[in-house]
Amino acid sequence: MLTINSIKKGIVIDHIKAGCGIKIFNYLGLDRADFRVALIMNVESQKLGRKDIIKIENVIDIDYTVLGLIDPNITIDIIEDEKIKEKIKLKLPEKVVDVIKCKNPRCITSIEKYIPNVFYLVDEVKGEYRCEYCDEVHTLEEAEV
Amino acid sequence: MLKGRHLIDPMDFSVEEIDSILNLADKIVENPEKYAHACDGKLMATLFYEPSTRTRFSFEAAMLRLGGKIIGFSEPNSSSVAKGESVADTIRTISCYADIAVMRHPKEGAPKIASLYSQIPVINAGDGGHQHPTQTLTDLLTIRSVKKTLSNLTIGLCGDLKFGRTVHSLIKSMSRYENNKFVLISPKELKVPDYIRKEVLEKKNIDFIEVERIEEVIDTLDILYVTRVQRERFFNEEDYIRLKDSYILDMKKMKMAKDDMIVMHPLPRVNEIAYEVDSDPRAYYFKQAKYGMFVRMALIMKLLGVDEIC
Repeated sequence: MLTINSIKKGIVIDHIKAGCGIKIFNYLGLDRADFRVALIMNVESQKLGRKDIIKIENVIDIDYTVLGLIDPNITIDIIEDEKIKEKIKLKLPEKVVDVIKCKNPRCITSIEKYIPNVFYLVDEVKGEYRCEYCDEVHTLEEAEV
Repeated sequence: MLKGRHLIDPMDFSVEEIDSILNLADKIVENPEKYAHACDGKLMATLFYEPSTRTRFSFEAAMLRLGGKIIGFSEPNSSSVAKGESVADTIRTISCYADIAVMRHPKEGAPKIASLYSQIPVINAGDGGHQHPTQTLTDLLTIRSVKKTLSNLTIGLCGDLKFGRTVHSLIKSMSRYENNKFVLISPKELKVPDYIRKEVLEKKNIDFIEVERIEEVIDTLDILYVTRVQRERFFNEEDYIRLKDSYILDMKKMKMAKDDMIVMHPLPRVNEIAYEVDSDPRAYYFKQAKYGMFVRMALIMKLLGVDEIC
């Protein structure tokens, strides 16, 4: 049994879909961290079967918006004195800029690369976003975070 | 106030603003000579990144009839675009020369990008299979002129509803007027895209049905809007050939329609309306083209802010 100690002050990113932990780890630049970080993969979970967890022993600024796009089921616990001070439930943002890309081959963003990729939330349940320029609706899986 | 604004999407203007354009167009139709010098000294740039003789001529005729002048290109190979210039840089440069720009582009969203970087009003003259707002203004002026209202109508849209941008724009616009119903007639491969169904029709609780055959519904329609199945919107030739003749309107079908139904078409027609229909008084597609020029005259005047002078 692998044991990771609890942290005194920092952030726990929990309920990450198994296999997505490394994506978040890389997105947050934790490979360059000079503080203690643990990426735990394939932990048993009642809700998910298996899940990934990231424990960060530091207080860092996190763009929760992007984490919501990667996986809206993720939970974030803010830890102080080894206790959960705050629980943050992610939800999909109304507008996202330069996080997902339009997959419509007829969209102007497919040829003019300087344009910011702007999307608006259409359906929170299905995770669907509409491109600002061509109006094409994509699911997050299609749009590639 | 429309002076200095862009027209990219038919929803950019409120119903009141659209009505003000249509009202001015009505006045121009009644007395075009009165407006022959409304745009004296003004310059319009026509930036056509794909060929479109009809729309370009309509815009150019509109500006010339207002006394204005025109610069531009009708295909990208004859411009700096061929050297790889971006849409943003092209419009920034053109903004230094012209008072208003009209853009057609094969890529969806290109005129939107232009509007973000432009110092002068930009009019979307069609972007890929996406939007064509001045065709919509044309359609609205035609419908209002003939039916005397833009409400309480059953509008049949037939043909290529997936790639047909005029259809998307017309649905968005007519859905803002009260109690209109839509009858969407197309093969299943060419149904309206999801964003129109979800964000316009379903979101606003608008009455619509989707059918595959004109004959099933033609007797219920006040307007039948026919569109061409366009070769350039298909990725493969096989699909185009299989679907292009699916929906042809002829006199046999017209006999089933109401006496006051009108037939509209954004043109050019290929074979989706038989020539025998042209002489039927319900055929409005050529009159529609003339309304198109008048409504573009009204739009140019409004965006340049010269309508108050006249």
